[in-house]
Order: sequence, then C-alpha cells, then structure tokens
Amino acid sequence: MKTPISSIILVLFGSFVGSFGAVFLKLGAEHMQGSLKRIFNNYWLGVGVVLYLLSSVFYMMGVAQGQLTVLYPMVSVGYIFAIVWARLFFKEPFTRAKIGGLAAIIVGVALINLGNA
Amino acid sequence: MLDPRAAARRSFLLVLSCTVIGALAQILVKQGTSQLGEHHLHLSLGEVARKPELFVQFSLDMLNNAKLFIGYCLYGINTFLMALALKGRELSRLYPIIALTYVWVTILSLFVLPDEHLNFFRTAGIVFIVGGVSVLGLKK
Repeated sequence: MKTPISSIILVLFGSFVGSFGAVFLKLGAEHMQGSLKRIFNNYWLGVGVVLYLLSSVFYMMGVAQGQLTVLYPMVSVGYIFAIVWARLFFKEPFTRAKIGGLAAIIVGVALINLGNA
Repeated sequence: MLDPRAAARRSFLLVLSCTVIGALAQILVKQGTSQLGEHHLHLSLGEVARKPELFVQFSLDMLNNAKLFIGYCLYGINTFLMALALKGRELSRLYPIIALTYVWVTILSLFVLPDEHLNFFRTAGIVFIVGGVSVLGLKK
C-alpha cells in the first residue's frame, strides 16, 4: 500500500501553518508581562494557539489515510520552516549546527518519499 | 531546591516520558482519524480550499471521537511536562531526546497499526531526521 501524495501534502501544510503558530507564541512571550489577565489579553498568544489548532486539523486530515511510518516523519519539515522564520522575524543566526541539521532533515524527508514510491 | 545535576536528570526523564506519551498520542490520533468515516478519506488541500465546509465538518467530527479526544489530552499533558522540563535544562540540549519521538512512532506503528512497513529508504530517512533534529541545538 502506498501513502497518497494528497495526505503527504496535507501533513506538510499542517507543519507550515504550525510553524507560524510558533512565531506568534514567541511574539506573545516577548509581549508577556506577568499577570494572568494580561496573558488572556495577549492576542499574539491567542493567534499562536489558533494556528496550532488549525495545523493539527490539517495534520489529522492527512493521517486519516496512508501510513504513519511515512506521514509522521514529514512533521520534521516544521523545524525547517521554524528556523527560517526565526532568521527572518527574530534575526536568529543560522549556525553551522542548524544548517547541518536542516540538510539532514531534508535528505531524510526525501528518503522517506523515495521509500513510499 | 534541587541541585543542578538532579534538575538536569529530572528534565531528561521528563522529556523522555514526553517522547513516549507523544508517540502514543500519534498512534491514537491515527486510529481515531481512520475511524472518522469514508467521506473524510481522500481529502486533499485543493478540495478543502474549494469547499471550506469540509474543514469545519472534519473539525466537528474530530470532537466526537474518543481516541482523538484522548490523543488531544495526551498532547496537553505533554505540553505541561515539557514546560516543567524546560525549567531544569535549556531546550537546545534536549533536542536529541525529543528526536527519539520519530523512533517510537515508527516502532509503535509497525506493531500496532495495520498496513505499515519499513524498507531501506524509510529506515535511512528516519536515521537522517533523528540525526538532523538532534544537532539543531548545538551551539556552533
């Protein structure tokens, strides 16, 4: 049995949406000022949580059919997006470790797709 | 107060249990979504973009499924445990343990789920992904 490409795309899209969730949680954390009431008024955090929920729906639509041995590893592309957004939005530098890790993740995801063919 | 080494060990054990709980959650979520019914299979991103009501329908059906509910609760517990773990050790040093989730999900899938199998490329892919995620936090 082969995992449909439509499922793989849904899982990848879920990771993409989720990576923006992380960006908004980080923005929320930077605007955080202690009291619990302020946390609930912190709409950055709210947007982050909503994006995480949306991303999990896309993920679940994806895994509804196909094999988890193919689809779950696809979640690791979320790290790639997150590191790129961290560079763009928070000026976090690309370290050698990040570049090496990203390259290995890309090779790994490509191999999983080969193993699905 | 815990001394730093005890705190580090506690973080290590907390994150290790997070990876196991997270992997169990993935299996439950897979089983749960497979139960949601024929009309939710064969969904694609394009179809959802054309008919957004499919997204709403899927989300509502998700709320009615026991396995998805338990899976979601496990996600919640995981987030909480992870926050506790991060108090004892910085995230960058925990990546190699977090990466183990990919190993647990694969092993559990093979034992618990129908129609799963590994081959050379899939195994190599997982090795690369685990290696890649493990080094992300290194300081150089």
